[in-house]
Amino acid sequence: MLRLLNLELQKLLLNRTSKILIFISFILPFFVILLSSLKINVFGFFTLELGELGIFNFPVIWHLTTFFASQFKFFFAIVVVSMIGNEYSNKTIKQNLIDGLSKKEFILSKFYTIVFFSLVSTVLIGLISLCIGLYYSSYNEFGIIMQETNFLLAYFIKLVGFFSLCLFFGMLIKRSAFALAFLFILYILEWIAFGLMSWKMDSDIAEKIQNVFPLKSMYKLIDQPFQRIAMSKFPDKADLAYDYAVHWYEIAIVLGWTTLFVFLSYRLLKKRDL
Amino acid sequence: MEPILTINNLTKKFGYLTAVKDLSFTINKGNVYGILGPNGSGKSTTLGVVLNVVNKTSGDFHWFDGNTTTHDALKKVGAIIERPNFYPYMSGYQNLKLVCKIKGVDYSKIEEKLEVVGLLDRKDSKFKTYSLGMKQRLAIASALLNEPEILILDEPTNGLDPQGIHQIREIIKQIAAKGTTILLASHLLDEVEKVCSHVVVLRKGVKLYSGRVDEMISSHGFFELKCNKQDELRTFLENNPAFGKIKIQDDLITAFLNEPLKSEDFNKQLFDKGIVLTHLVQRKESLEEQFLQLTDKN
Repeated sequence: MLRLLNLELQKLLLNRTSKILIFISFILPFFVILLSSLKINVFGFFTLELGELGIFNFPVIWHLTTFFASQFKFFFAIVVVSMIGNEYSNKTIKQNLIDGLSKKEFILSKFYTIVFFSLVSTVLIGLISLCIGLYYSSYNEFGIIMQETNFLLAYFIKLVGFFSLCLFFGMLIKRSAFALAFLFILYILEWIAFGLMSWKMDSDIAEKIQNVFPLKSMYKLIDQPFQRIAMSKFPDKADLAYDYAVHWYEIAIVLGWTTLFVFLSYRLLKKRDL
Repeated sequence: MEPILTINNLTKKFGYLTAVKDLSFTINKGNVYGILGPNGSGKSTTLGVVLNVVNKTSGDFHWFDGNTTTHDALKKVGAIIERPNFYPYMSGYQNLKLVCKIKGVDYSKIEEKLEVVGLLDRKDSKFKTYSLGMKQRLAIASALLNEPEILILDEPTNGLDPQGIHQIREIIKQIAAKGTTILLASHLLDEVEKVCSHVVVLRKGVKLYSGRVDEMISSHGFFELKCNKQDELRTFLENNPAFGKIKIQDDLITAFLNEPLKSEDFNKQLFDKGIVLTHLVQRKESLEEQFLQLTDKN
């Protein structure tokens, strides 16, 4: 397993473009979160300090940081798609197989890399949230800090799922740009399907079905936190209440898709003549 | 003899097109084999199948004694297919390091093999800056990393300039001299003739011949003759049952033999008849001529 991961890391880290993209996808959210936690003096008129709003309190901070950080996943998605596209355009996939890598090992080396980077990202976000939280949060009891750390798990699963989808599209289409376009098409298709369903039947049922779709199910893992923050400001407004928790079935759906995508990628490669 | 690769009734279809049809042959240790055939005759497809990148339609093949899986066997094989495929943004050294990781070979081999192909001084340049000849030589170095039992080369001199072709051939000869089995696919006949001891001839996916190069067709060779009394020589040849077809091109007469005849005996016969030759060469058909005869017949 380490051998396969090592193999893929060499391919990625020696490539300048993917190195930059990896750097952006990890460091950028890190800095955005860090900067937003600082006290900013806007040209001497007033001081903006987001920490004062209580959004960096435990356990809300877990929800907030993972939600924001996951918006940056697109940068690494480009890396995932291009790491397949490059193998095809350089024909190195053929050479790798001839050199003695099995088709299974080839897919696994890509998948391990995805898991590895998702894990690194999760750990980074976990650490920065913990530091900022410890600095700003009004509650520092261990029990409260540990509450809702399952958002980190959800973040990890979400990244692995999304990148597996990219892996599958990369294998299917072989060209990075088209694979990314497909990702966008899938997004549109999901909304068209949702539109059609809510037109023909009850919109509640339509939304339940939409929550099983690949992209939507990944998005659903971490719901948007704004409503929750608003809720904490106006506790008397009951109509703001919504279900933002991470549920086991949401995780199960995304894990299901992940397995399917990785398996399909393997099947595709196995059937294909290179 | 120890078999390295055995192919039985291998067939590969791409849709309606049959690229390889019912192909069987065995590669034994220590020989240099050539797969000959015009473009599109199924050479690369056959190699693709045994190297696990093309799925077969029917038939089977096995490496070595048949007890190793193809995946494990490929670690003991060195192969280059068509073009040299490497990561353009990595240096030659880094590319080979990656191959070492795949094959599970120690990094110390890299410098040694780069030395063999004469690329040691350019090892830290990016692959994309290499000339085609250098790329091809890097590919050979990469194929040699694991001290393979068999080296498979698919059109290794394709697209190279004469100097590059010469370099590659010298390297192949060096490797063959060390006793490594080589399988060379090519449509360049003189290339195969120069290096191979055995040959498999393919046309449209069908095997026409497999065996030793010098036994490819039963022929007794021919004479190339020049003389000042051309007409007399021609009459003599036409009346001599030892000769079959006679070709005349300007002042050069080519006479094909029906039975063995030594050049000294033939020269004496002519001299006794009062015909003095100015040019006498006895030759066997080159592989090219044999190959054309073989492919035309079928």
